[in-house]
Parts: sequence; C-alpha cells; structure tokens
Amino acid sequence: MAGMTITEKILANHAGRKRVEAGEQIWIDADVLMTHDVCGPGTFAIFQKEFGQSARVWNPEKIIIIPDHFIYTQDAQARENVNTLDRFATQQKIRHYHKQGAGRDHGVCHIILASEGHNRPGSVLFGTDSHTCTAGAFGMFATGIGNTDAAFVMGTGKLWVKVPETIRLVFKGNLPNYLMAKDLILEVLGRIGVDGASYMAMEFSGPVVEALSMPERMTLCNMAIEAGGKTGIVKPDDVTKKFLQSDSDDSYEWLHTDPDAAVAKEIIFDTGRVEPKVALPHSPGHVKSVTEVIGRPIDCCYIGSCTGGKTEDFLRAARLLKGRTVKITTNIVPATQSVADDLHRMKIDDQTIADIFLSAGAQIGPPSCAACLGGPPDTFGRLEGRQTCISTTNRNFPGRMGSPDSSVVLASPLTVAATAIAGHLQDPRNYME
Amino acid sequence: MQAIIKGLVYVLGDDVDTDQIIPAQHLVLSLSDPKSRKRYGGLALSGVPTKQAGLPRGGIGFADPITNQSPYSIIVAGRNFGCGSSREHAPVALSEAGIFAVVACSYARIFYRNAVDGGYFPPFEIDQPIWREFCTGDEVEIDTLTNQLLHKKNKVRFTLKSLGAAGDIVRAGGIFAYARSQGMI
Ligand code: SF4
Repeated sequence: MAGMTITEKILANHAGRKRVEAGEQIWIDADVLMTHDVCGPGTFAIFQKEFGQSARVWNPEKIIIIPDHFIYTQDAQARENVNTLDRFATQQKIRHYHKQGAGRDHGVCHIILASEGHNRPGSVLFGTDSHTCTAGAFGMFATGIGNTDAAFVMGTGKLWVKVPETIRLVFKGNLPNYLMAKDLILEVLGRIGVDGASYMAMEFSGPVVEALSMPERMTLCNMAIEAGGKTGIVKPDDVTKKFLQSDSDDSYEWLHTDPDAAVAKEIIFDTGRVEPKVALPHSPGHVKSVTEVIGRPIDCCYIGSCTGGKTEDFLRAARLLKGRTVKITTNIVPATQSVADDLHRMKIDDQTIADIFLSAGAQIGPPSCAACLGGPPDTFGRLEGRQTCISTTNRNFPGRMGSPDSSVVLASPLTVAATAIAGHLQDPRNYME
Repeated sequence: MQAIIKGLVYVLGDDVDTDQIIPAQHLVLSLSDPKSRKRYGGLALSGVPTKQAGLPRGGIGFADPITNQSPYSIIVAGRNFGCGSSREHAPVALSEAGIFAVVACSYARIFYRNAVDGGYFPPFEIDQPIWREFCTGDEVEIDTLTNQLLHKKNKVRFTLKSLGAAGDIVRAGGIFAYARSQGMI
C-alpha cells in the first residue's frame, strides 16, 4: 500500500482512522478554532441561532479570539464588533482572548497564534480567515472557513473536509541573501497561477525550506491561498522544535510525508536562479522579476501584515535602510505588540531597528492589520486617491489597501526597502554589498 | 435536493467571481430579513460582464429584478466558479433566484463549502469544460442519484463527479440540519 502525505496523516488521525485518500470527504475533530473581529460577530450570531441563546461553546480552551483587523480606529461599527467579542469571550469564559491592553500580546491573528504557542505540529486549526493556512508552517493542517462552518465548529468541535491532493514544491540550490521567502512564493504564483493549487495542500520542501526560519516558512504558507490552495504545509523538524522551545509536549505529532506517497504534482525550483519578484496590480499572479520593472513609479511603501510584518521582515529591511533615507512615504506596521517591542529592543550595531526606520524617515504604526485590508478612513497607512503602494502584504486586488482607485505592488521587505530608498521600484541588490 | 433536477440552463465561462454573482454594493441588504433576502434573487449574476452573460451569445439577463426570479434552474460554468471574496451572499442570491444545481469544472473552496453547508444547492463538478457544449436556454436534466446530466435536445449524457458526503449535507438542507438528522447535535 502506498504511503501517505503529512496532510493525509494528520487528517486520518483526526478522523479516528488509519488511512484516508485524497478526494474523500471525512469528518474530523478540530483542535483549535480561531476567529477575529471581522468574522467573530457573524459567527457568534449563527452559533446562537442554531444552538440557542444560552448555548455553551464546545470547548472554551480551544477557541481563540484575536481582535486584529480594525482595532485602532474610532469607526463605530468596528468598535461595536470588538465589544461583541468582549461580551462573548466573557460569557463563554474564553481564556485565549488576545485583546490589546489586557496585558498580553495582541496583533495580527496568524502571528499571535504562532508567538503564543497555539500552533502545534500535527494538529488541526480552523480559522475564519483565509490566511489561516499560515500555521501550516508548523507541520499542521490549518485552513480558512466561513462563518457558518465556524459556528458549527464552535458548537461541535467537528467539521467535514475533503482530503486534499498534495502539490509538492521543492526548493533546491543556494538561497542568495537578496532573496526572501516572499520572493519564493511569488515565484510559485508566477509559475502555477492563482488557481494552480485549487483545493490542494501545498507542501513546501527541499533543502532550502529546511534551512528557512519559522517566520520565513510562515510567509511561504501564508500565500498558499493566493494559489487557491486549501493549506500550505512544511514538515516539522529541529527548526520547529527550537521555535517551540520544546519537543516534550505530548500533544505534538512529528509527522512527515512518506517517500512513496502519491502527490498530484511536483515542481522543483532552483533558488540560485530565482530573482527578486514582484506581483504587479491587480493580481498576486501578475508576477515579474524586479529587473523587468525597475524604475516603475511608486508613491509609497508599506511593510507589515501577516505576510511581511514579522521581526525578521523588519530586521532584513532595516539592514538595507540603515544610514540611508527614504524618498517616499514609508509606513512600518509591526504585526504584533511583541514584534513592535522587538523593534525597540533589537539592534544592528548600536542602533535599534525602530531608530533605523525613524532616522530614515519612515513612520511606525500600532500593531494590527492596519492598511493591509484598507479599513476605515482613520486607518494607519491607508491608501488615498490613485496612489500606488509597494507592500509586503499578500493581496493586490483593486482597492485592497484603501481607495478604490489605488494600486498595490506586492514584494519582499528587501525590495520594498530598496524602493523606499530609490523613490521608484528598485532591486535590493543595488544596495547590498 | 430533488432526485431529478430539470429546467433551463444558464451558461457561464471560467473564473466567475462572487462580485459578478452579487456585486458588493448590494451587500447592505439584510440576509435575515425575508423580504430583502428575496431581493438578492433579482440581483443574482447582475455583475457578469454583458458579453459573458448567458453564453455563447451573451447579453442574456439572468434574473428579473421585479419578480426576483430567474427562468433558469441550472448553471453550467467553467473553472474556479465563485472565486474572490468568500461572501455567503453569493450562494444565497443564486438559490433565491431559483437555481437548483450548479455544474462547474471547479469551484473556489469557500464558495463550494458555503453552497453545501447552507444547503442551497448541490455544486456538481466535472473535469471536461462541458459548458462549451451548451447554449443558454437549453433544456437539461440532472439525475442526482446516478450523477447523470442529460442535454435533452442533443440527447448527450455527461457523468458528473459524485458529491460524496457533501451530497448528504445538501440533501438534509445544510450542515446544521444534517448534524441534527445524524444525532451529532
Ligand atoms: S494582515 Fe492582512 S492578510 Fe493578514 S489577517 Fe490581517 S488583513 Fe488579513
């Protein structure tokens, strides 16, 4: 009998079965359900309608609520949404409620899940957000669901899934210092297109991936959804263990894909030959090498989000910006409070990262999704009029970051930093030794 | 879901996104108020570019904004149906207009789940781009027990992929109704 993929193994474990096949529809047990301020209120309403006003959630320890989208705004609806989360969390005795000001880390949900230890190898995570696939970096099954499904999980701890086929993306060769995981995933998108992995689990593997840090693996998995993928996944290994600071937790399952497991497709990338990439407006699949578009006019720069707002993203950008100044508006949005703290704590030579950004003329906003999704008019970094922004975020549909007439170019933190310095689209290699 | 679904077919191509199915400006209408929910039927597919509306000819309106009903009961489309934002209003609009089944080469995942778990209609799949072989207004019949799609005039049959467990959920009327019928909740 042929072997199984890591995704099939996780799903079989959670269905109480020895084996599952791609294409089968099975019921599985969830380990964690995550929701946030945008989808939480709708989910709670369906939960109460279906299970009753005084119904209890299936397990208050396993529901994680993270207000992150519109939390630094005076917008009335946005504030009401957060109040709804407050009430629900109190009523249901939700312990993992990551609200700002409550003495614990807060910020973009996918980064909080990782930094607060909610991502466990071998587990199943459902989230009411399409980038829930980010957590696949921990060797777990993580996928986004709608409000109806989330309400169902909230009441039962179960959901049906179609076992996905696996597309294996193998990265070999050396990884030059001017490339980041963001370039690799854009390279994938350019190759397979925005529906190239529909329904599939995208398994990122090969020596290059094994050498990547956890934050970089998260960037790869984060944009699986942009290729239509159900999830991204990376085999958990020593890097994962080190990040988790423990391999003793008995709920962790260190699974991997068997060598003879059937996969739908395998694509091999030689990273030594990959160039820094950008996705031009208005699709994440509109991918070009940066060298093809150097000099293209850009109005502002944005470094932030669940894709490109982690400590490592800022560290890489800061190395380029140190001792230089930005020519165009550059907004820095740490994904979480602990990332924001890192910026003030970590130094390059004897200058903090925050100081490097501020001295270069960039501005730093409070940790949240901020302008990644546009947001209310008072959102930090929100695009106005016909602005074109180069951004470390993950989506560039028309108007995604604010004004309906604005445009977004997606790139790595290094390429965004290089563009900030040049004042037009620029290749980071031009500023590196 | 009936055993036999029959009626007139409305034909669309690849990548019909949820903005075409129900343009964002209409999302202010309440889903819970029965009257405004019906309005979604009249607005269904109102965002499809005219050239692509009702292939192969195009320019064929889908639903009547006065009666909120469509003369078509089945949609046949290409790849990636329901892509874009994952709004649940999209399957609601099609269902309110009187759609009983959609047949497409593939769906955006969340649209597929919403159609099934809301109990709106069965989202059938078939690998071949059969939408090229239909004209909007053709009479078709789907046998949901044998997964056969019959093009009546041409007397051609196509075998659709089995819905699997999703079929049981649509048949029950959605994920909550299904779970109740199974004693899960
Ligand atoms: S940072 Fe952007 S992509 Fe990530 S969860 Fe927030 S809005 Fe979504």
